Amino acid sequence: MKETAASFIAKSTVRAADLEHRRKINFNIGRYNAAVPQGKTQFSNVMQARENAKNLKWRAIETLDQQLEAFEKNITARGAKVIWAEDTAEALYEIGRICNAKQCRTVVKSKSMVTEEIHLNHFLEQQGIESIETDLGEYIQQLDGEPPYHIVTPAMHKSKEDVARLFADKLGVAPGLSPEQLTLIARQKLRDKYIEAEVGVTGANFIIADTGAIAITENEGNARLSCAWPKTHIVIVGIEKVIPSLQDLALFWPLLSTYGTGQKVTAYNTIVAGPRQPGETDGPEEMYVILLDNGRTNLLQNPATREALYCIRCGACLNACPVYKNIGGHSYETTYSGPIGKVITPHLRGMNDYKHLSYASSLCGNCTEVCPVRINLHELLLENRHEAVENGNSTLAERIAWKMWKQASLNRKMMNLANGNLKNKVVNKIFKGWTQHRSELHFSPKTFNEMWREKHSAAK
Amino acid sequence: MDTMTVQIFVPCFVDQLYPDVAFNMVKVLEKAGCTVQYNGNQTCCGQPAFNAGFHDEARAVCSKFLKDFEGAEYIVAPSASCVGFVRNYYQKLFENSSVHNEVKHLSDRTYELSEFLIKVLGKDDFGAKLQGKATYHDSCAALRECRIKQEPRQLLSKVKGLELVEMNDVETCCGFGGTFAVKFEPISVAMGDQKITNAANTEAQYLISTDMSCLMHLDGCIKNKGRNLKVLHLADVLANGWEE
Repeated sequence: MKETAASFIAKSTVRAADLEHRRKINFNIGRYNAAVPQGKTQFSNVMQARENAKNLKWRAIETLDQQLEAFEKNITARGAKVIWAEDTAEALYEIGRICNAKQCRTVVKSKSMVTEEIHLNHFLEQQGIESIETDLGEYIQQLDGEPPYHIVTPAMHKSKEDVARLFADKLGVAPGLSPEQLTLIARQKLRDKYIEAEVGVTGANFIIADTGAIAITENEGNARLSCAWPKTHIVIVGIEKVIPSLQDLALFWPLLSTYGTGQKVTAYNTIVAGPRQPGETDGPEEMYVILLDNGRTNLLQNPATREALYCIRCGACLNACPVYKNIGGHSYETTYSGPIGKVITPHLRGMNDYKHLSYASSLCGNCTEVCPVRINLHELLLENRHEAVENGNSTLAERIAWKMWKQASLNRKMMNLANGNLKNKVVNKIFKGWTQHRSELHFSPKTFNEMWREKHSAAK
Repeated sequence: MDTMTVQIFVPCFVDQLYPDVAFNMVKVLEKAGCTVQYNGNQTCCGQPAFNAGFHDEARAVCSKFLKDFEGAEYIVAPSASCVGFVRNYYQKLFENSSVHNEVKHLSDRTYELSEFLIKVLGKDDFGAKLQGKATYHDSCAALRECRIKQEPRQLLSKVKGLELVEMNDVETCCGFGGTFAVKFEPISVAMGDQKITNAANTEAQYLISTDMSCLMHLDGCIKNKGRNLKVLHLADVLANGWEE
């Protein structure tokens, strides 16, 4: 077994048996589940809205090259610089180069999964640059030295008591503070950093092609501060985030908010169409947009998996996933966890090392049911499994087992061979994974097939 | 009245482990006025290999299924999982093949037991009796592959002596998932544990479903934890308390 797969099984085994973890996650996702129906009330026809969104993303992804070039042309016309990065190394090199040119000592950054994907904080630290997470959830995670647990709510696995303890330990504040008090402390610390920072780094929820702008969705105002206050603004964003038109935000903003948090629309939504323009009083002097591939074109080139690029990273599939709820976000050991993570990670980081994730699903289909852009997530897991077999990533034992299964299933007589006792012994012995925490299987002394034949030949 | 002829499909694991479920389905279908036929050559719908990614092996077995059920007017099975697979995935497996149309028609003629009784026959009362409290588990295949929600509940509401109570998170997966149950046993068992806890919290004595695969896994968890719950397939309940 691959090291990655063995580690996944070890971590998920521990988490699945952790009842305190189960309680916290069920509590927090329960609150999400209560909020989402409220958000949905703003749509006269939610299903139609989702279909429309899927169609828009379909168009965007099918014409990805043209959309991105239009974006580049339009935003460049207002003075922003667009950088195309094929992989993590290229993206980090460019960020390092910019920070160096600005003699940057401090970076403030807003919440961005792409910066997690390229391990930006670690890279900046190595360059001697302090990188501060300004989203409260990410700030908590950074204090604790943990990656985000969830793509939308990074500290979902921590109770308010856990956070109070963490602040007391790491910041030396009084223990047992309330969430309001803790937020004020974080706010105060972060304001100082905004003033110090030479560079602000943000992600983007949408790349708007026809206008040449990026859009950021948030609730704390930290992202708009990160892009507006420091003199240099770096946006790093995956190429799949493109939408054709500014008009499309009228659909995508409420959809992302509803499926992300249950809100009708989040507290802040910002469109940034370039650095400070002549005559404007605020905004950065320079703006860079790094368009990151990092394996996304692997998904693009296969028509069967392409729709995984429609994802708007709302996190709904994580919240709906019974596997995620039992093993939590860290057991996956990937940037993107839950159903969407299982679908895309094998393509982003290698089928051989990550195919186990595509099998770690009961295929219940609830992810597909809730996805706002109607990605067939559970069918894409099946597609990954098929691709793994086709590419020769299956084991010899598996190949032999399925050949034998085929022979037995093509031959009714073989299925009637051996009596129930023998089958009990063999099957319960082979499938230790079944019997460890479940009672043994009891084969019928005779199959239905045999019993039916006996009954009907006797009747004649 | 003309009798309706029904070909039954008995899923491989029901054939091997739970023949009574299949006999109970036959009993109910006959009471409903159907002529029940069983082709003794049948084996499996092919789903296990397909879900493992082995499409060629699956296609061979699915082709046999097509042959075994050629010309059947109605195919009825006591498993939403197999029915959902035949309906939704055969078309993918045989896309651009010579049997494309045959497969399309097969999907329209294949039914899970409860939806066949309600939607095709329009019958919900078979005179069944079962004393006690029960809770119904929506199998993922019934709910999301076949869109079955009310049919089993309507059938159970006509069973004399039976009180039906709903459990929390009733639409959440039980954790079976085929080879998932063995490959990722700790996750599967944790999911099963939440399911049986929710079921037990209703104080029901019986846990009923359309799918023996879920129930096989849940029964294993129930016995391991020493819970006081008996699993029953819907066919077992509908065939209970009356004789032909």
